Amino acid sequence: MPKDFLQHVKPEYDVVVIGSGLAGLTAANVLGRAGHRVLLLEQHYKLGGLATWFRRPGGLIFDISLHGFPVGMRKSCRRYWTREIADSVVQLKHIRFDNPMFSLTTEFHRQDFTRLLVTRFGIDPRTVESFFDTARGMNFYDDQSLSNRELFERFFPGRGDVVRLLMEPITYANGSTLEDPAITYGIVFSNFMSQGVFTFQGGTDRLIALMRDELLRNGVDIAIRSDVEAIRVAQRTVTGVRVGGREIQARAVISNANLCDTVQRMVGARHFDRDFVEQAAAVRLNCSSTQVYMALQPDDLLDESTGDLLFSSVAPAFQTDLLLSRHITSRTFSFYYPRTRPQARPQCLIVSSTNARHADWATLSAEEYAASKQNLIETTLDALEKYVPDCRRRVAYVEAATPRTFARYTRHPGGASFGTKFEGLAVSRGLPEQIRGLYHAGSVGIIMSGWLGAINYGVIVANDVDALLTHTASTSHPAGSILAPES
Amino acid sequence: MTPVEIREEILDILSDIAPDEDLSALQDDVAFRDQVELDSMDFLDIVMELRKRYRIQVPEADYPQLASMRSTVTYLEPIMKDMQRVS
Repeated sequence: MPKDFLQHVKPEYDVVVIGSGLAGLTAANVLGRAGHRVLLLEQHYKLGGLATWFRRPGGLIFDISLHGFPVGMRKSCRRYWTREIADSVVQLKHIRFDNPMFSLTTEFHRQDFTRLLVTRFGIDPRTVESFFDTARGMNFYDDQSLSNRELFERFFPGRGDVVRLLMEPITYANGSTLEDPAITYGIVFSNFMSQGVFTFQGGTDRLIALMRDELLRNGVDIAIRSDVEAIRVAQRTVTGVRVGGREIQARAVISNANLCDTVQRMVGARHFDRDFVEQAAAVRLNCSSTQVYMALQPDDLLDESTGDLLFSSVAPAFQTDLLLSRHITSRTFSFYYPRTRPQARPQCLIVSSTNARHADWATLSAEEYAASKQNLIETTLDALEKYVPDCRRRVAYVEAATPRTFARYTRHPGGASFGTKFEGLAVSRGLPEQIRGLYHAGSVGIIMSGWLGAINYGVIVANDVDALLTHTASTSHPAGSILAPES
Repeated sequence: MTPVEIREEILDILSDIAPDEDLSALQDDVAFRDQVELDSMDFLDIVMELRKRYRIQVPEADYPQLASMRSTVTYLEPIMKDMQRVS
């Protein structure tokens, strides 16, 4: 008989959290700490969602999405998690660009970018300052029709090189394109520009283990390998979930699963207004990714000037609409030096990422799929050769992931690795207006994407749920309006 | 609680949220954001703390009322005037 992962689970909770991505984990922690009875359910055997890692023989641990996030992560970890977690947030100082337009290394904050834009790109300092102030001042209530392309055109007309410098890292961070609303760019870019790019010392596995410990300390029950079959609703009010053939009662449910899947499969369209279902169905998913994981031989150490993040391309110009192509030459290398995991044998790991379309991979036959994966590995090694000479000999292990891999592990339709496009946020925030006690927290609307965006969105939603669960001095609670977000 | 007590309570919450800030010279009529490093997550924390301590519900539409110390105290005074301070 298979192990019963729900053995310790009680028949009733104040809130059930479905999915243990960083938004789900954080919402569960904030609510558990506030004294609510919380159950966290995860379909996979590991917590973390896309904040994840995998092990391979020889003590290898590859991180999927560790590099990098803005400094705000330190504050959010200190406040909503623990000081130990916050103190492990450390800066990455070598952010490197290499493409036919320019090659440079930067600490990736406003001061250094200003210097580069003025001295290397010849931009008027007043224009640079005005651009930064505009991006910094952007918030949710601003005009949402302005696109990134229009924003850049306003400040740096005809300067494809400047656009590339400003946009390429954000495209890597959250899948956004020149067509997305400029406010999503302004908010995320400004967060990075405040102090640079950060990572977590000890690796993703250590972060998630520390989070799990803290959840247990706060009385949260956790069940892995527990795929929710349905969210139960009666009279437009959440009553619980069905998981592993068992009914669990709850006054509130937070779904950290995909938004459309939550509406269509877990709850069922019949429980919502028809307009809302249409609105939810129209939410565009963000793109998927490919990754190639490479490990150098133990003790073959690269100099850290090679870069922590390296935005590499041989394309003559930067076009975000082409970045999803399987033949794109733009890739981001994340270098993991021994200090990422000081406890392990010194070894350098490299993860190459590109944004990708699930549709390009979904229909391949088994043979074509294997060949395409091999091609991805070969072209990646070709590109790495420039930065890690003789890399084919030095690489001891290599493996690739495709949009199909992401779809399998996250259960996100289309293998979306950055959640949804902008319109997803309004639908996510609108759920409790449709069904009392039903919430969604996860990567939506680009702004809530990434590690920091997901954590902060988990807090925002936990606040709503806490308000629902707590009898308060005033009962009015207009759900559905949108708080100025952070990413 | 009197307006003076409400002000002290808000200061206490702020000192938890922004432990590295010197709040002794805070000007009541100037927006918090112009004096202290506060982002929208910090304002959310003020709202959560008010609910935890006093079960006060600040609807999202009222968040702009928390812009400065003066506006916050003015907003909270009718809600908190019959409350006892918790310590």
